[in-house]
Amino acid sequence: MRPKFALLSDDLVERIIAEGMALLVDPGVRVHNEEALRLLAEAGAQVDFGAQVARIPEHLVRQALEQAPSEFYLYDLEGNPAVHYGGDSVQFDPGSAAITLLDGETGEQRPPVTADFVRFVQLVEVLPQLDAQSTALICADVPQEIADLYRLYLALNYMRKPIVTGAFRKDTWWVMKDLLVAVAGGERELGERPIAIFDVCPSPPLLWSDLTCQNLIDCARHRIPAQLVSMPLAGATAPVTLAAAVVQHTAENLSGVVICQLAQPGAPIVWGGSPAAFDMREGTPPMGAVETWMIDCAYAQVGKALGLPTHAYLGMSDAKVVDVQCGLESAGGTFLAALAGINMVSGAGMLDFESCQSLEKLVIDAEIIGMAKRLVAGIQAREDPIALALIRRRGHRADYLAQPHTLQWFRQELYIPSEVIDRGSLDAWKRRGAKTALERARERVRQLLATYTPPPLPDALRRELREIATAAARRFGLDQLPTLEGT
Amino acid sequence: MSDELLRQITESLVQGDPEATVDLTRQALAAGLEPLAILNQGLMPGMQVVGEKFASGEYFLPHLVVAASGMQGAMALLEPALRARQQAVQKAGTVVIGTVRGDIHEIGKSLVATMLSASGFQVVDLGVDVPTEAFVAKVQETQADIVGLSALLTTTMAVQREVIEALKAAGLRERVRVMVGGAPVNQEWAEAIGADGYAEDAVGAVELAKRLLG
Repeated sequence: MRPKFALLSDDLVERIIAEGMALLVDPGVRVHNEEALRLLAEAGAQVDFGAQVARIPEHLVRQALEQAPSEFYLYDLEGNPAVHYGGDSVQFDPGSAAITLLDGETGEQRPPVTADFVRFVQLVEVLPQLDAQSTALICADVPQEIADLYRLYLALNYMRKPIVTGAFRKDTWWVMKDLLVAVAGGERELGERPIAIFDVCPSPPLLWSDLTCQNLIDCARHRIPAQLVSMPLAGATAPVTLAAAVVQHTAENLSGVVICQLAQPGAPIVWGGSPAAFDMREGTPPMGAVETWMIDCAYAQVGKALGLPTHAYLGMSDAKVVDVQCGLESAGGTFLAALAGINMVSGAGMLDFESCQSLEKLVIDAEIIGMAKRLVAGIQAREDPIALALIRRRGHRADYLAQPHTLQWFRQELYIPSEVIDRGSLDAWKRRGAKTALERARERVRQLLATYTPPPLPDALRRELREIATAAARRFGLDQLPTLEGT
Repeated sequence: MSDELLRQITESLVQGDPEATVDLTRQALAAGLEPLAILNQGLMPGMQVVGEKFASGEYFLPHLVVAASGMQGAMALLEPALRARQQAVQKAGTVVIGTVRGDIHEIGKSLVATMLSASGFQVVDLGVDVPTEAFVAKVQETQADIVGLSALLTTTMAVQREVIEALKAAGLRERVRVMVGGAPVNQEWAEAIGADGYAEDAVGAVELAKRLLG
């Protein structure tokens, strides 16, 4: 039995979906994108082109839900299915688009540069607990107009795992698509074996901006998977009651499913999000709040009821350094996400709301993820009888450590953490230098990075990627991209 | 053929298949291989590899202990054959080991006993909740080189001192080395009660025992 966590009764799920659908009729959804408004109007939605508001009838929503696939895969760069979006599969990628890096040496937050993101991608590659890459850092050493595509360009040079990404502009999406097509070997190949998924984020309440709506349509048309990241802020941009925040999330995401399926019926689309419960003292969107986790788990339950793959931004912390709060918050969100059966959980490494990444936190979070995956693997009988024959054979002897039965099962039964987690005696801990988890994490980052080997990307492909990215950079006044090391 | 058997014996230890280790050792003897060759070219290289893999983090305690039990099983076959040839394996030393009176914790003590045994020590395991007099009597009887005292509780640690005092009273303390271990025990405690050494884990205990007799 797979352990499972559910916050909503079936009845409450139905009521939330019904109210979400009703909101799409009245007051409707704001769509600041001409193409989407036209698609909606042609399909029978009542569209006010002047006010840019679409009222979407329930039958359109139902039709879109029927067309959207209930599952699909992301592929690694060797063409193997690597991430399963669907069912209760649980997979993890780092939190994305950090504007600062917590420097492991100085302990200060600073803007990240190319070398930082390369190290980050390499670290994600060699951390077995992480299932996918993400475009996790926004490099400050290139023009910000190409910041989105530059991250993807860098990652594609160093990664094997699939990647969670996103575009910051309408035109750069096309460059990112070209980069992906180059790696996949063609548009059709990319559609058949997608290696990337794009986050597309409606703005609360009930608004699709021109940019993100166009990204959604363009992804659908190319059968590149997209992830709907609705982010109600309960008590600020959404109602404060958690159920009501989930209703708003439902309406926003449903409108995204409709736009996606109108652009391309059957295009892969994911029920994701990054909600938060507004902090009533600081006025911030805490990722480490228990209510944030609850909204996430509740909307995932709604997404599953609608038959869609799921995603959430969870496992992050609002702490500014890698400390006790950081561990507490990251573990809480990660365990709940795993128990909720969320297909892709984005957040590892992330601090300070969704703004700062840390390589040291990433390796600590990898241990949390390892434990969370072990948790949802559950408890199995393994043998029949479970224990009777074995314990009778051993009688009252306490020598299980010497039994082949132990050797046979212990690796499947026990998650064995790296040295980031200290389980030695007090003396052993002192002998190893009496180090804190953060100090051990710093060492593990160094050790892991030393084991990284670059993927065997053909030189011609590396050149093609560089040409595509350089052409985009030149449009924004940068003649040469920074040199890439170690490829 | 004989090389292949020796290689398989090594492999069975590395793979953690003690039944195969014993079985292959029996086959090797039946095929007329020299017991010392079986030991030095079959079993010892296997234990060496297991030890290295444990040290590097690839292997875990079960690998170590399962291999040790295969080694013990094989030695039980080899020893009569060696004796029949007037050959003797040089024992690293004799160790009397047990968990002290009032303490029934077994795992750490048994682990140390297994590892010492697999490392060539003659080990007499007295079990748990061992009366102080029983340690003294067994040291006397076996002419042990080392006595190992385990205690897991802060309340039973003091009994380690009691055993050392009893060994002194019996006039044995000068000729037996005393090793102490257990969760609450540390180097300072070992020194305070007049023990000869403390090790933190089973691998450390083997090193300590070799050092004490070295």
